[in-house]
Amino acid sequence: MKPESDAIIDIRGLSFARGNRPIFAGVEIKIPRGKVTAIMGPSGTGKTTLLKLIGGQLRPDRGDILLDGLNIPTLGRRELFEVRERMGMLFQSGALFTDMDVFENVAFPLRVHTDLPEEMIRDIVLMKLQAVGLRGARALMPSELSGGMARRVALARAISLDPDIVLYDEPFTGQDPIAMGVLVNLIRRLNQALGHTSIIVSHDIKETLAIADYVYILSDAEVIASGTPKELEGVDSDKVRQFMQGLPDGPVPFHYQAPDYMEDLLGEVS
Amino acid sequence: MISNMLQRIGHRALSRLASLGRSGQLLFQALVARPQPLVMLPLLIKQLWFVGVLSLVIIVVSGGFIGMVLGLQGYTILVDYGSEQAVGQLVALSLARELAPVVTALLFAGRAGSALTAEIGLMKATEQLAGLEMIGVDPLRRIIAPRFWAGFICMPILTMIFTVVGIWGGALVAVDWLGIYDGSFWASMQQAVSFYDDIVNGIIKSICFGLVVTWIAVFQGYDCIPTSEGISQATTRTVVYSSLAVLGLDFVLTALMFGEL
Repeated sequence: MKPESDAIIDIRGLSFARGNRPIFAGVEIKIPRGKVTAIMGPSGTGKTTLLKLIGGQLRPDRGDILLDGLNIPTLGRRELFEVRERMGMLFQSGALFTDMDVFENVAFPLRVHTDLPEEMIRDIVLMKLQAVGLRGARALMPSELSGGMARRVALARAISLDPDIVLYDEPFTGQDPIAMGVLVNLIRRLNQALGHTSIIVSHDIKETLAIADYVYILSDAEVIASGTPKELEGVDSDKVRQFMQGLPDGPVPFHYQAPDYMEDLLGEVS
Repeated sequence: MISNMLQRIGHRALSRLASLGRSGQLLFQALVARPQPLVMLPLLIKQLWFVGVLSLVIIVVSGGFIGMVLGLQGYTILVDYGSEQAVGQLVALSLARELAPVVTALLFAGRAGSALTAEIGLMKATEQLAGLEMIGVDPLRRIIAPRFWAGFICMPILTMIFTVVGIWGGALVAVDWLGIYDGSFWASMQQAVSFYDDIVNGIIKSICFGLVVTWIAVFQGYDCIPTSEGISQATTRTVVYSSLAVLGLDFVLTALMFGEL
């Protein structure tokens, strides 16, 4: 499968810097429609930044982010909010509204963007909650949920408007193995059942590769490898191998840049 | 060394200027861009409750005590000149012109302004604002605008309540306790207080303070660094900046309103 055939998001020559540090330098990414695409890479490579760029919360220094031909960085405030109705985003923290219960959190996008009657909203919300297995938790407040449950509620909220694209920001981080398994299956199943495009940003290799159709690996502001999970196993690159196999040291050093260890220990207190 | 210092000063000045610009942008977008009265009304009522009604206790208690102190102090001085019935005038004028707008604004900054900053800052830290944006809802209109209007509407009302309770407190001390003849107490007040010069000007002051305090509070929350330290700094800044702004602005407004009297 080649992503060029039908890309829903086409990122061209994307450059973005925070201060003097380049996060992206001429990155090219194509997100195939209706598939699960994973963006992977070590911490600090700007994976979350990429999602924020796609969502229009940040503007790139250079380059285009085309969503079905619409160039997101050039959109005005109002158009941007309209485009975002086509996206659902699962935040790392869940980002549930703490002043509403689970039901109202999931109903919120429907209430804001549709004029559906109350019974229909109730049905949709219950269906979405059923899909994430939390129909029984509808009356709980976000503070009463465990981390895994909160993320599932957030997932239900992200898909409540049946978006074209769902962005997952580190969906597996900090989850126990059971919750992790549930989430992995859920993301795959939802993608198949609802037919939307999923973009997963993650550094949990095993879980992500299990459900991804196509993978981009970012490092040092560039895409260092891309392909299906199978193709990536055969990539002949130290960086890719180090990341995929989780080796502590390699081209990506374990240690942050520092003076010589011995000299440092024996040196004066500054 | 000197160039370093100049650089630091320049950097600080530029970042202050930039934040001033951002606050202006926030105010403009929250208020002017596409108001949605139907969506906003329930949100506004909720904020009026939090910002206004829940501030009532502190306003009423402070107003009462300040009025009582004014009555007592006024009496001890005026009685030497045999003009203790002018206490009514003293209490009413000092409350309506100065104390009620200023003290209400200071209390409001501490009670409601800090709460607004902390709430909005925490929403930012827990990605709720970003979540709203990604759902396609503008947090400026959904979160900032109702809170801003609530503060703007509440401040003059709270100020009027402060004045009334303060006058009542002054009467309690002067008339009921110290035994000034109540006819002359109220008559001196009625004679001295002019509706336009004193009451209306006091309310105009409180409207200005309401605008400034709420603006500072919501901006500090919206612009804070989303960490626990950042939120605590923003909350402190809200109280400090709004207090200073209120006191400084009060002098300017007083000079404009009563300068030629």
